[in-house]
Amino acid sequence: MSDSSVDPDEVQHVADLARVDLADAERDEFTEQFADILSYFDALDEVPEVDSDPELVNVMRADEVEGGLSQDEALQNAPETEDGFFKGPSVS
Amino acid sequence: MSSDQAAAEDAYNAFVTEATIEGDSDGPLAGRTIAIKDNMSTDGVRTTCGSAMLDDYVPPYNATVVDRVLDAGATMVGKANMDEFAMGGTTETSAFGATENPAAPGRVPGGSSGGSAAAVAGGEADLALGSDTGGSVRNPAAFCGVVGIKPTYGLVSRYGIVAYANSLEQVGPLANTVEDAALLLDVISGSDPNDATTNDGGADSDYAAAADGDVEGLTVGVITDLIDGADDDVVKTFEASLDDLEAQGAEITEVSLESLEHAVQAYYVIAMSEASSNLARFDGVRYGPDTDSAGNWNEQFAAVREAGFGPEVKRRILLGTYALSAGYHDKYYKKAQDARAWVKQDFDAAFEDVDVLASPTMPVVPPKLGESLDDPLQLYLMDANTVPVNLANLPAISVPAGDVDGLPVGCQLIGPKFGEETIIRAASAVED
Repeated sequence: MSDSSVDPDEVQHVADLARVDLADAERDEFTEQFADILSYFDALDEVPEVDSDPELVNVMRADEVEGGLSQDEALQNAPETEDGFFKGPSVS
Repeated sequence: MSSDQAAAEDAYNAFVTEATIEGDSDGPLAGRTIAIKDNMSTDGVRTTCGSAMLDDYVPPYNATVVDRVLDAGATMVGKANMDEFAMGGTTETSAFGATENPAAPGRVPGGSSGGSAAAVAGGEADLALGSDTGGSVRNPAAFCGVVGIKPTYGLVSRYGIVAYANSLEQVGPLANTVEDAALLLDVISGSDPNDATTNDGGADSDYAAAADGDVEGLTVGVITDLIDGADDDVVKTFEASLDDLEAQGAEITEVSLESLEHAVQAYYVIAMSEASSNLARFDGVRYGPDTDSAGNWNEQFAAVREAGFGPEVKRRILLGTYALSAGYHDKYYKKAQDARAWVKQDFDAAFEDVDVLASPTMPVVPPKLGESLDDPLQLYLMDANTVPVNLANLPAISVPAGDVDGLPVGCQLIGPKFGEETIIRAASAVED
C-alpha cells in the first residue's frame, strides 16, 4: 500500500473542511482517483531543498480616494439582499 | 452582426454568450473582431467562467484587458467557452457543453481557452483573449492550429479575471498569425495600478514589429526531456519545423533540464492549493445560485458549492485543501515550491547558452471528444510540456508546426523573462 492511500472518511473530512457536499458515489469515485493522483505527487519527495530568491517585492503607494462600485452595483448579483446589505444564512 | 446571425454561425459552441461590445472607432485593432474568454469581466455582459456557479453573474465593470482591447478599436463578438474555472485541457468540463475543434472535426479544441482558439480557427473572430495558468492558451492554440502566447508573469494585468491560481496565470492573445497575436500583446501588455503584480518589464517593446522572421544566428535549444514523452508523429512534425529554422540560419542544439521530471507534480499541487483558497469566495451570498437548502451558514455554503461546481472543480478544491492541511503541507506544498524554484534555476542556466528553448507544445494530437475525461491523472500528464513555463514565470508561444494526418501540431518556443520579442521573431520564422 502506498503511503498516500486514501479512504472515504478522509475524502469526506477534506470535503467538510472545503465546505463542499459530496454525493456518496462522488465520494467513492474521488477516493479512487485521489489515491492515484496523490501517489503520483509523492514523487515530489525526491526534490532537493532549493534556496530561492523571491522575485516579487511589495509595491507600496499612498492611499488615494477614487471612484468604485456603487452599493447597487456591488449587490446586483446577490441572491438575497436586505436594506442595502448582502443577506446570508444564520451563522449557527 | 445581430446575435441571431452570430448564434447561427457558432457551429463549434465556441461561445457561452454571444454579445457585441463595440470598441473605439480607431486604434491599432480597429475593424477587428475579438472573442473574450468567459473568465474575463465584461461590464453588463454575463461572465460565467464556464460554471453553473456563475450562470447569472453580470459584472459591473470591465477587466483591464477588456478595456484595453476596446480602447484599441476591437469589437467583442462574444464570451468564449472554457473549461469550468479554467480547470481542464479540453474545454469539456464547461457547464455549457463542450466546444468542437474547427481544425479537427470530432476532436477537442484543447483547453482551457478552447472557445477562444476555436473562435479564431473557425473564423468566428479575428482575434481572441485566453488565459494561461498551465498551458491554457498554448494547448488550444496547438490543437486548433492557431498561434497563442503566454506572456511573462507580470506583463499583462489580471485585474477583472476570475482567479484560479494567481501565482501562475497570465492573460494571452490568440490569432491566426504570429504578427496578429503580437499586435494584440502590444495592446494588452503594460503595468496596471489595479494589479500590483504587473510591472514595466515590457516597456519600449514593439511585439508586432518583432515578427520579422529574422533568425540568423539565433540559438535554439531543444528540451530533450519534453521530446521523450511525446508521440513519435508529433516529434517528427516538430523536428521538421526545427529543420526549417536551421535552414533560415538558426543554430539548433539540445538541452536537458533535470527538474522538469517534477514539473507536473509541482504545478498541480500549487495550482490546486491556490484554487482551494481562491474558490472559497463562491459561497452563494454575493453571487451564485440560490439553493433551497435550510440550515446554518456552513451547511448552506456546502450545499451551494455542491450544486454550483462540476466534478473537476470539486476535485481540485478538495486536493488543494488536502495539500494545505495539517500534516501534509510540508510533504506536498513546500516540496512543490522547492520544485518550482528548481525549475526556475534550470531555465536560467539553460538561457546562459541559448536564446530560445523549444519543444512540441502538446505531446499528443487532439483527443477525440469524450475520450479523456474518465482518468484525471492522464489528463494532467498531457500538460507536461506547458506547465514548466508557468512555474518559471517565463514567456512562451505556440505556433503551428504542421500536422499528423490532418491533426494540428504546435511548436512551443520559450524565452527568458520578458523575452517576448525573441520568441515572436523565432515563431514568425517557423510560420513562414
